[in-house]
Amino acid sequence: MPEHKIRVLIAKPGLDGHDRGAKIIARALRDAGMEVIYTGLRQTPEMIASAAEQEDVDVIGLSILSGAHNTLCPQLMGLLRAKHMDDVTVLVGGIIPEADIPGLKKAGIAEVFLPGTSTQEIVDFVRSHVRNRD
Amino acid sequence: MSDEKLANSSAEIEALRSPRRPVRFTTVSGHPIRQLYAPADLANWDPQRDLGQPGEPPYTRGIHPTMYRGRLWTMRQFAGFGTAEDTNARFRYLLAQGQTGLSVAFDLPSLMGYDSDHSLSRGEVGKCGVAVSSLADMEALFDRIPLAEVTTSMTINSPAAIIWAMYLAVAEKQGADWKLLSGTLQNDILKEYIAQKEYIYPPEPSLRLVIDTFEFGTRHTPRFNPISISGYHIREAGSTAIQELAFTLRDGIEYIERGMRRGLAVDDFAPRLSFFFNAHNDFFEEIAKYRAARRIWQREMRERFGAKNPRSWALRFHAQTAGCSLTAQQPYNNVVRTAIQALAAVMGGTQSLHTNSLDEAWALPTEFAATLALRTQQIIAYESGVTNTADPLGGSYFVEGLTNEVEQGAREYIQKIDALGGMVAAIERSYPQREIAEASYRYQQAVDRKEKIIVGVNEYVSEEKPLEVLQIDESVALRQAQRLRRLRDERSGQEVRRRLDGLMRAAEGTDNLMPHLYEAVKAYATLGEICDALRTVFGAYEEVAIT
Repeated sequence: MPEHKIRVLIAKPGLDGHDRGAKIIARALRDAGMEVIYTGLRQTPEMIASAAEQEDVDVIGLSILSGAHNTLCPQLMGLLRAKHMDDVTVLVGGIIPEADIPGLKKAGIAEVFLPGTSTQEIVDFVRSHVRNRD
Repeated sequence: MSDEKLANSSAEIEALRSPRRPVRFTTVSGHPIRQLYAPADLANWDPQRDLGQPGEPPYTRGIHPTMYRGRLWTMRQFAGFGTAEDTNARFRYLLAQGQTGLSVAFDLPSLMGYDSDHSLSRGEVGKCGVAVSSLADMEALFDRIPLAEVTTSMTINSPAAIIWAMYLAVAEKQGADWKLLSGTLQNDILKEYIAQKEYIYPPEPSLRLVIDTFEFGTRHTPRFNPISISGYHIREAGSTAIQELAFTLRDGIEYIERGMRRGLAVDDFAPRLSFFFNAHNDFFEEIAKYRAARRIWQREMRERFGAKNPRSWALRFHAQTAGCSLTAQQPYNNVVRTAIQALAAVMGGTQSLHTNSLDEAWALPTEFAATLALRTQQIIAYESGVTNTADPLGGSYFVEGLTNEVEQGAREYIQKIDALGGMVAAIERSYPQREIAEASYRYQQAVDRKEKIIVGVNEYVSEEKPLEVLQIDESVALRQAQRLRRLRDERSGQEVRRRLDGLMRAAEGTDNLMPHLYEAVKAYATLGEICDALRTVFGAYEEVAIT
């Protein structure tokens, strides 16, 4: 039986259009053999939660550079809990002040990746943290 | 000549004996650089034709005969956060510190045409710029700043015409003569589809709004630049230097074509089109880019459009150091990066410059960081000596050779986009978007493999203490929501409705929309209401996302 391919949703929540990071991560995870779905720009937390549910993903990667992370991340985590999707690993990358990281982790974000992170680091994190759901 | 040849070949023989590091010598864009540039590299180069004099075509050496001996560049620090009052205080602080021009950063709801109290604005109000939802906010933003005496740059694109109408209304209330107003509206919608992605409407109605501002400006604001054709964001999205140059100039060509199609004479509006380039890490590549930009533009203006006025030929530009080059790790290193980048912009002959702050990979800059960034420019201007002569690097084999190579690369891209039927057609096929995404991924791979070294990130990593950064809390959104409630209570709802209806009718036809927008903002219709009215007529744009 073939190994389960890790399924990842890369999402750009909020109004920001800076998608360089999101696109690089989508491509790097795909090159690493994962199934990657990219939502496109300006997704509300509701849209992201329902896309994650429909696509049955293991991981959600959020790219936020606009400073809206403290509002958008807890909102998404609440929606995922309501859908009983607590087993989905949620990652955030972008411009995130260090002081905000503990709050985001408390809200259920598995890891925050700052500028300068190598794509390999993210690939490794995803591989080692996604629970085997088969 | 034979002596030079001899020197060249003996240098090459000497070089063969010397050791070489096992790296590929390329620019940050991946452009290969040779071991030595010598007369042979400039075989087809004619200094009369290709270099000329500063202030004369082809403007390779700069657009003014005396360059910075005549006047220094404008030190224009982009600023905006929180409410209009917060940003007004920062502006007045920066002016007191010797800054010579204002530059407004708007928050994302304003950039996307939503009021601060819209549900999609949640979490974004006042975060990456100032929140401006109506003329009342604009009045507070420029309180006690005389618009006839400062020059103001406004980084706004899709709603640019509306924000400009607000600016003109504030000027009128201050009693400032529109003919004296000076500044720049970014208003470059094409690069939004290509790179920055803050679009609202589809390309055609968006371009109509841009040309409306050109037409209005030629009649009413002869000293205002209605557009800043921007490569900055294209580069930030991951393009190479050559792509940045080519896509930006091709956007410029598109705007000129559209203006002429509207019936404007090229020499009536081309002199007021300005440009905006990135100042990235690779010192010589950036200088070559600015020099090539001027040379290509003057040729395009003369040959493609038949412009007769030398002011139409001369490419004026603003530069900003590369935000994407800033590292979160060892943030004080960013001061050094920014200084090198700023020096490149100055050596390349910029008219105006923004230097980034050391903390911007973490958050918006603190006052301390923003001041240090401004001081960096002042040190270059007053201490380095590079301003004493025009085009100090002109005639360098390397700089002239690289200028030729960058120009050639850009011209090939411009021809390709011409063949695709112009920039709108190219955008619709995702051509520039795909080229940028490829370049961006190639660069990331080079960094991941340590083929490109970033100090403090993939080499020379060390432990460090967290930085103190600017925090913007949610009280801004609350204050904005209260202000909007009060505004909607106090204004005449009937007048607002009438003006919005008039605007929509005009939008369905072919009228210039500027006068209609001006009446709507003066009635205190909000930015969101006006953008919604136009959304009803124009529709909204959705891109095909490529990854």
